[in-house]
Amino acid sequence: MTAPGALPPASADRQTRMGRWRDQLIAYGWLVLAWNLFWGEFTWGNLVGGLLVAAVVLLFFPLPPVTFHGRLRPWGLLVFGGRFVVELVRASAHIARIAVQPGYTPRSAIIAVRLRLPTDLNLALTAEVLSLVPGTLIVEVDRDAGILYVHVLDVRGPADLDAHRAQVREVERRIVEAVGSNAELRRVRTGPVDKESP
Amino acid sequence: MTPGDVADWLGAGSLVAGALLSLAAAIGVLRFPDTLSRMHAATKPQVLGVLLLLLGLGLRLRSPADLGMIVLVGVFQLATAPVAAQMIGRAGYRAGRVDRNLLDADELADR
Repeated sequence: MTAPGALPPASADRQTRMGRWRDQLIAYGWLVLAWNLFWGEFTWGNLVGGLLVAAVVLLFFPLPPVTFHGRLRPWGLLVFGGRFVVELVRASAHIARIAVQPGYTPRSAIIAVRLRLPTDLNLALTAEVLSLVPGTLIVEVDRDAGILYVHVLDVRGPADLDAHRAQVREVERRIVEAVGSNAELRRVRTGPVDKESP
Repeated sequence: MTPGDVADWLGAGSLVAGALLSLAAAIGVLRFPDTLSRMHAATKPQVLGVLLLLLGLGLRLRSPADLGMIVLVGVFQLATAPVAAQMIGRAGYRAGRVDRNLLDADELADR
């Protein structure tokens, strides 16, 4: 994946069509790569087979276009990946511990968190990351308002709810710092943080 | 010790750690009180558990063909587990399979 440069706004129509072609090409490349990995080796036969299968897949199962206006930031990606692994390990250990702790019944809560950037991509990525990290589970997504309803396991008091709200926003900020555009980054850094539930 | 030995031992450690996490997940599914809580155990320690098992496999097998397949398994695991968790979680909530006595707050209810 290459980072799209800042194109001049003169020909917006041509730009979106170019962007769609670029997205299709990236998807095509991934599918061919995945096909070769499935077979376990790179041969000419696998390459041709992959090209054919990928073309059929893209032709018959077209995906809705996901607009990606951001750019990849290596440092942000590194920070995001590192923090993700740390949180995955810490939270997995926590859930594993309360699972085997005798006589302990964890309490939980469902909190609503409004994201600062209600774009589809940001919603999807944030929800995905929250779902992978133990202790938080997405129950419902309000796509229009950009609100995630998060089920939190092992709540011990009101302070925990606020801590988890802050954690969700933290995840969002790290995602935008990894793949967001400059304008999105500004919004996340300066946006209102005191908006609680809708 | 050759590098191969080191990789073997690291792989063995990863396999055991992954297996223990999967065991903890299974116990969590049994012990947690309601559907939503169980989803945490069913999908989460398993994520790290499967990744550790795959890491252990990769360190033991060490052939490019296997590594490619292992990377694919990991990627698809990470991409699909949240989708399944959310679908079941949402269905569970809508069907009322949630123990309200154990819920400190429910901001979805007063939407």
